[in-house]
Amino acid sequence: MKSAVVQLPGLNRDRDMIAALTRISGQAPVAVWQTETDIPDVDLIVIPGGFSYGDYLRCGAIAARMPVMEAIRRKAEAGVKVLGVCNGFQILVEAGMLPGALMRNASLKFVCKEIKLEVVNADTDFTRAYETGQIIRCPVAHHDGNYFVESETLKSLEDNNQIVFRYAEGTNPNGSLSDIAGVVNKRGNVLGMMPHPENLIEAAHGGNDGRGIFASALEVVAAA
Amino acid sequence: MIKARVTVTLKNGVLDPQGKAIEGALGSLGFEGVNQVRQGKVFDLEVETGDRAKAEEQIKAMCDKLLANTVIENYSISLV
Repeated sequence: MKSAVVQLPGLNRDRDMIAALTRISGQAPVAVWQTETDIPDVDLIVIPGGFSYGDYLRCGAIAARMPVMEAIRRKAEAGVKVLGVCNGFQILVEAGMLPGALMRNASLKFVCKEIKLEVVNADTDFTRAYETGQIIRCPVAHHDGNYFVESETLKSLEDNNQIVFRYAEGTNPNGSLSDIAGVVNKRGNVLGMMPHPENLIEAAHGGNDGRGIFASALEVVAAA
Repeated sequence: MIKARVTVTLKNGVLDPQGKAIEGALGSLGFEGVNQVRQGKVFDLEVETGDRAKAEEQIKAMCDKLLANTVIENYSISLV
């Protein structure tokens, strides 16, 4: 399975993401620069974390209006899987590819620690390696991860099983509504999540709980 | 040329932790009776057109597309 990693000025988790994808898929992802309007044929496009455009205006707001996002939107409409992690999640909501908004953490503090995630829906292209209800460890590092949606949209997210991850066991680090840590679009091929699974994929990271997301998306579950 | 000011505020019902922190800080400075603080953003723009209706229409599009996140924010436009 081929993958691509989007690069924008101010993103700083792209190298971690490239390393994780290379390790898990056995081949290096294609790097795609923000001005590109055509993305090569891949099965998974990843928008990594960081601080695109210095978080100016709103986190992800400027990046979401770059040409590459139109190309990603077209790919997503054609069924290609898209994963946005941290700033990547913020970019996807700003681009309108996922519902909701990510606001300043309720504590007003940047949080950088390990939390626990409940896999709320293991029946997605990104979570097949897990079981529904499974609790996994995952690092978070963000200032604006406080997920918000209107109550009507929240209900439709719940009804359509679009909430994929929730912060578990009282570890909600940001005040996120309904403990939401990750949501998928209706079609199920665009996932956004605040935690960083790419930083927990091998023994050297102290665990591999995050590996299943990439293994699922890259369809290498058996090898995981 | 027309000058305009766009004010972006959080919608009612959206929690504003920054506003809360400012409210607390005002209290600790001894300002009593502040019931609520909501933080927003102000943009001052200059647009080339001389047509006020056209300017307002353009700026409205800018708000919808970029300046405000209408999931959580309202905006108002005033031409100077």
